[in-house]
Amino acid sequence: MSAIRDANLAPVPEFDTRIKERHARGKRRLALFLAATLFSVLSLGTLIASIVNDAFGYVLLENTVEPETLAPGGNFAALDKVELVEILRANVSRRFLMKLDSDAPLADRPKDDLIDLVRTEVVDPVVKKTWNLSDSLLHGKGIVAWAAQNSPKGHVEFRSWLNADFVRRSQASVAIDAGVRGAAFGSFLTILITILFAFPIGIGAAIYLEEYAGDTRLNRIIQTNIYNLAGVPSIIYGMLGLAIFVRGMEPITSGALFGAVADPSTANGRTIFSAGLTLALLILPVIIINAQEALRAVPASLRYSSYAVGATRWQTIWHHVLPASMDRILTGTVLAVSRAVGETAPLVVVGAPAFLTQDPTGIFSKFTTLPIQIYQWTARPQAEFRNAAAAAILVLLALLMTLNASAILLRNHYRKNKRLG
Amino acid sequence: MTMKDVGTNSAIKLSFDPATETKNALEFKNVDIFYGDFRAVKELSMTFEKQKVTAIIGPSGCGKSTALRAINRMNELLPGARMTGEVLFHGINIYDPAVDASEVRRWIGMVFQKPNPFSKTIYENVAWGARINGYKGDMEELVENSLKAVYLWDEVKDKLKQSALALSGGQQQRLCIARAVSVKPEILLMDEPTSALDPISTSRIEDLLEELKQRYTIIIVTHNMQQAGRVSDYTGFFLTGDLVEYAPTKELFFNPKDKRTENYISGRFG
Repeated sequence: MSAIRDANLAPVPEFDTRIKERHARGKRRLALFLAATLFSVLSLGTLIASIVNDAFGYVLLENTVEPETLAPGGNFAALDKVELVEILRANVSRRFLMKLDSDAPLADRPKDDLIDLVRTEVVDPVVKKTWNLSDSLLHGKGIVAWAAQNSPKGHVEFRSWLNADFVRRSQASVAIDAGVRGAAFGSFLTILITILFAFPIGIGAAIYLEEYAGDTRLNRIIQTNIYNLAGVPSIIYGMLGLAIFVRGMEPITSGALFGAVADPSTANGRTIFSAGLTLALLILPVIIINAQEALRAVPASLRYSSYAVGATRWQTIWHHVLPASMDRILTGTVLAVSRAVGETAPLVVVGAPAFLTQDPTGIFSKFTTLPIQIYQWTARPQAEFRNAAAAAILVLLALLMTLNASAILLRNHYRKNKRLG
Repeated sequence: MTMKDVGTNSAIKLSFDPATETKNALEFKNVDIFYGDFRAVKELSMTFEKQKVTAIIGPSGCGKSTALRAINRMNELLPGARMTGEVLFHGINIYDPAVDASEVRRWIGMVFQKPNPFSKTIYENVAWGARINGYKGDMEELVENSLKAVYLWDEVKDKLKQSALALSGGQQQRLCIARAVSVKPEILLMDEPTSALDPISTSRIEDLLEELKQRYTIIIVTHNMQQAGRVSDYTGFFLTGDLVEYAPTKELFFNPKDKRTENYISGRFG
């Protein structure tokens, strides 16, 4: 730069290049964009931090029965199965024992299962108070001292609310025993239905609108409507789902038509199938619009090269246009599905039960999903359910990250061998 | 030549009796082409002789590419384009509603300005067109012969399973020609096939045209007048949608009848 300035070139008065000013303007803009990026990264960081803060930390537990009184040193692993069953028999109600025995005979259960039962049903630790992660790290000693003073019977332990049991167990009335298994299964099955319906229908509609439909008034109206539908609040879709799938198509969505319900008079459309269809409806406009954009981005030269050897329109679409746009279609679809995974409001309307301890047995069973469970837990008066909710949010985030990572992998797979011009 | 299976209601099957001979491969009859209100080609009537190279020259926007695309019905892929008149191929109007555009394009292949191979392997680029058109012969032999016809075989025979996109621009363009000849057309349309290529690749393709015209009727649109002079037997000069002059190439270049042709080929405009 200076070399040119020093080269003693003849001045050209018609040009006022203002190089410095132009660069300075660019740098000011750049600083703004950088600030915007930083702001979003910080917001995200705060979100994650606040969730992690709640998902780990000290808890003050009081045992209903001290384990030392049941086994030497409180070590249940040293006991054999007969002794464990004996402890259960001595400490829980007959009715509950009969229920356990009828679910699965106690004598046949594995030892770990029995130890688990003794821990939750007999020792039955009760959460008296919880602290979040930052307090636990900063004021650990103070917490222990406070607990020793205020709860002589209790003991303080550091608890990760997100743990193996949390993923393994289902909903429970006590936060410390609760888990997300049923909700995770529910989410998984619901989203499977959603993908199964929204993907082919969305791609099909996009192909028709983009490749076949002419530029007629009717098609323009349809197109405008799809754009508008993408902006309709999700709760409206919930009402639609309630009216159409839960009520209108009850024989189908309850499974009564397929013999999935033993007694047709109790058939109920509030099933995973209805929920999945409702979410499919919700993301359908997004998938259609995205797929249309993807098809539009395929260069015309690619279509021409196919037509020029005598291919029909469908052969051109199937062999060239779709493979060339599949990366974008999949990226958009997975992003839409990610949104569906996190939806709560429409499912509440469709009728996710408030409390469900059983796992879903199929697409015709009652359901709960991760976001619904999170929503219910945060609404509980007991403080410890907030910790459980934080842990469930981490599970949901992990699920979403897996989905998005798979989107990136798929996109790279399809983009690897693609002509861009 | 005679045409077969022509019924007013049934679809016209483009099949011909090779024993009968005509001089011309194609004929434009009073063709007008419009883009919306713009009349891109006006009252065009011309014939193309069999197994000759016919060049179409003219300045940008003169309608030469539009006329070329009318020959294999590519114009109808463009929104807003419409046409009147007839394009006769073996006496059959290819714009007859009973004629299928896909069948027309299988008989009349096309090579484009920018090399546009499929995002597939080299082998598939050649085989695909034949396969979708129901080729029943030995596919590997067809691929080999098609690639040999464009002198690409020796360069790619060891990497047939590799992506065609890895080839150089000149190789890609020859692959596109191989793709066009793989479905055994009668006419090859070329829309400025060398304008995106370097001089060496260009000369290889020009040499190739000399070979290809032994079997195919070639119609080439070009910006490059020297190229038209080198490769073509006939040249048509287009200006603002009119065919100004159409003559054997030597005659048109050395003894133009029309003042506008003379101005154009002597480089006074365009």
